[in-house]
Amino acid sequence: MEKDKNKKRNLILTLVLIALIGIYLGALQADTTAHSYAITIIERSSIYAVAAVSMNLIIGFTGQFSLGTAGFMCIGAYVTGILTIPIKMRDQIYYLYGMSPIIHDIKLPMIVALFISAIICALIAALVGWPILRLKSDYLAIGTLGFSEIVRAVFGWEGFGTITNASYGVSNIPPFANIFECVIICAVCIIIMNLLINSSYGRAFMAIRDDDVAAEAMGINLFRTKQLSFVVSSAFAGVAGWLLAIFMRSAVTSTFTVALTYNILLMVVLGGIGSVSGSIIGAFLVTGSQEWLRFLDKEYMFSDIFKNLSGTAFGAMKVPLLRNGFRMVIFSILLMIVVLFWNHGITGSKEVSWNRTINFFKRLKGSKKKTEVAA
Amino acid sequence: MSEEKKTVLRLSDVTMQFGGVVAVNNLSMHVDEGEIVALIGPNGAGKTTAFNCITGVYEPTNGQVAFMGEPMVEDFPSGKMEKNYKGENKGKYTKHISHTPDEITKMGIARTFQNIRLFGGQNVFDNVLVAKHMRAHQNPFSATFRLNYKEEQRMREETWALLKEQGLDQYANWEAKSLSYGMQRRLEIARALATDPKLLCLDEPAAGMNPQETEELSQFILKIRDQYHLTILLIEHHMNLVMGISDRIYCIDFGKLISKGTPDEVANDPKVIEAYLGVQEEEDA
Amino acid sequence: MSLSYFVQQLLNGLSLGGAYALIAIGYTMVYGILRMINFAHGDEFMMAGYFMIYSIAVMPWFLSIPVVILLTILMSVLIERAAYKPLRSAPRMSVMISAIGVSYLLENLANYLFTAMPQSYPQIQILKKVYSFGDVSVSRVTLLAPILTILLAWGLITIVNHTKLGMAMRACSKDQDTARIMGIRVDNIITTTFIIGGALAAIGSILYFTDRNTVQPYSGSLPGLKCFVAAVIGGIGSIPGAVVGGFVVGICQIIITAAGYSVFSDAFTFVLLIIILICKPTGLFGEKAVEKV
Repeated sequence: MEKDKNKKRNLILTLVLIALIGIYLGALQADTTAHSYAITIIERSSIYAVAAVSMNLIIGFTGQFSLGTAGFMCIGAYVTGILTIPIKMRDQIYYLYGMSPIIHDIKLPMIVALFISAIICALIAALVGWPILRLKSDYLAIGTLGFSEIVRAVFGWEGFGTITNASYGVSNIPPFANIFECVIICAVCIIIMNLLINSSYGRAFMAIRDDDVAAEAMGINLFRTKQLSFVVSSAFAGVAGWLLAIFMRSAVTSTFTVALTYNILLMVVLGGIGSVSGSIIGAFLVTGSQEWLRFLDKEYMFSDIFKNLSGTAFGAMKVPLLRNGFRMVIFSILLMIVVLFWNHGITGSKEVSWNRTINFFKRLKGSKKKTEVAA
Repeated sequence: MSEEKKTVLRLSDVTMQFGGVVAVNNLSMHVDEGEIVALIGPNGAGKTTAFNCITGVYEPTNGQVAFMGEPMVEDFPSGKMEKNYKGENKGKYTKHISHTPDEITKMGIARTFQNIRLFGGQNVFDNVLVAKHMRAHQNPFSATFRLNYKEEQRMREETWALLKEQGLDQYANWEAKSLSYGMQRRLEIARALATDPKLLCLDEPAAGMNPQETEELSQFILKIRDQYHLTILLIEHHMNLVMGISDRIYCIDFGKLISKGTPDEVANDPKVIEAYLGVQEEEDA
Repeated sequence: MSLSYFVQQLLNGLSLGGAYALIAIGYTMVYGILRMINFAHGDEFMMAGYFMIYSIAVMPWFLSIPVVILLTILMSVLIERAAYKPLRSAPRMSVMISAIGVSYLLENLANYLFTAMPQSYPQIQILKKVYSFGDVSVSRVTLLAPILTILLAWGLITIVNHTKLGMAMRACSKDQDTARIMGIRVDNIITTTFIIGGALAAIGSILYFTDRNTVQPYSGSLPGLKCFVAAVIGGIGSIPGAVVGGFVVGICQIIITAAGYSVFSDAFTFVLLIIILICKPTGLFGEKAVEKV
């Protein structure tokens, strides 16, 4: 009885939450010029959430330390760009190399490009995974990181200039029609990955993560299961690349450096390794605060802070602490603190659920009462 | 013993050599249907190595393992080992047959581990449920989109039934690592049973148990043998357990078979006593 | 391709390989004992470059070289104490993430302290003196690098194989728990390893940057990864392996760049890694470890 009641309550709460998010997004969409900043942050966070969940799938749920996310995102972004930029702009964009005639007149709808990006990434992952997934975890990390660099080199190579436009990248990719398109596609991707994680295969992933020898003794084929996880994770990283390409309206190799992978890793670690909801929270928190903390990157004059000093000699002095790059220092220190002292992240390896949230608030209230009583 | 019993497992001349060390030397043994057979020997005698050759963790250097009459693992020294091979029966086996541990589990050989290997962070129910994965009719697509819900339901029901039979249902939501030591052993056996084995291999199931727990364990092993029509191969130190429940015993020392037969025969074999208690002063002819 | 061009490139390759080999030794030793990739090692090497820029501004070169080495050692030990020691009993993945975090921190710190603009590396006259043999012209550092590398590696191998400290190091890399029971202070041995790694990274950095003239915050990350690859190619845990791997990677890089495919010089290293790991996962000189079940 209690359980059913809770179930019903949770369902209602979920629907209310979705409706609230919908209304909020609708309000943003109603006046895109006024809310362009908020829209940018929400879209970027959602895209990184897809990338973070896909990374969590292979790292947190399967226990394979793969760092190839940026590489697969790069593939997804370029495939999208090449297939979707308007035909009449192509000669202009490819003015240096000239676009290869084979692909010059192929323009596909966005959604088809999404599936093609995912499929290409999945195939490449299967190919790369065949040798690489046999390695132990640390070799896997270096191998996938290396793979990521190889991808960047290949896309940036002048020899493929007629296809990829080399290091100039592809631009003028058609944008999202509205914020819903981006957020809904991100949500669908995350839901699909979540369904896989909660299926029988997800249990096999976690068995491998916890003890691969025991998992094998349970009849789980180590290689095929790791391969499945890697392929799915890479395919969704490709979709994240698709999303990012449309969001930025361009695909350039310099976006997809190792630093991007590290940034996504920060979201995964901060949110909680092995938790889908943690990764989503991590993505929003990291992206959001990177925007909010932009003031740390500004160089300040003393006169900006102490208004009455303006006009004096002190007013011209720059505050030495805050300067370009300080924000990222704060972020890296944050990452270290999480890893060293709080290695479960925000949610730990468990998912955020209504029951947990409500219990958390009840406990909070309880402890407050206790302190009141004590006082 | 009127009717011919089927041989479930047969090891023929299995030799395992690591570098220059022969860990298992020319071991031949067989386990018949419904039997409980024990493999005993002092520490470092090569019991677990032999076990790992059966379950696919190692590939033997030479010899053959047959399961249900079919050769399951077969190998002969090749490459560097060809020159350095120190065992016997070189050239008797000419095929390379090998299977990964998961394939062997799928054929019907389940195992437990000497140092318990549970999925510690997961609950008891999921620990057993994961063993149902390999026999389920599903693919990643159908599993993701819940088109396999009937299979999923069947897996869950079978898991519940198994937990109830083993008296573990009350702990279903406990984290596996929070169980007591004895319970963890029980869970590991339950998890092995969930793979629907024909042959169950237990690696020192009584390690670290007190006499009472050991006694309970021997009752438990006999019970599951009858309940699930199992054949059991057992590695053990505890002589009480072995003597009490085994139909036949093989004893190895330094990788070599030194004695075999019924518990009484083995227990009174001077070679076995010598292996366990050290070299006797007077050398018998 | 003329002979003199070939000789010139070969010398460049040997010089680069020497610097790589010194850094690779740091990776291989840390991996041998802690079983972790010290992702921060490449960035320590980058920081050593900046230390040189700033120390040479206030003191002569013969003083600044030991100062740079000392500072790098200090940083290396500090990183080990702060970021790796607390995680000794944590899962390997946490340690790896911590190492990535340190690397991320050092890069961002350098970006903040020294700005993203490439800064010119001091030209130490004594290292830069150019010799000419016909068409081939080499600077002294180019000749010095491989010789110094081999001497240092030889010294290190002697220490590891023939001293009590070396024996303790080998014991720790085989089995830390047993080493501890035998009365070896494992933490001290680990610190020693980081001291050696830091010193070699500083020397490698002087050799590397003198030839390359500029330092920027990210100039450590890719060479760092390459040096780890070099260590893997040679067989992780093996010092001669790291030296050979370093030279292989350095010479390959120069050959590919000389052939006009400089875009692929980084990518090739990783192709090499994947090939080695498929064909001979233990590397050229590595030992095979049997996992006990």
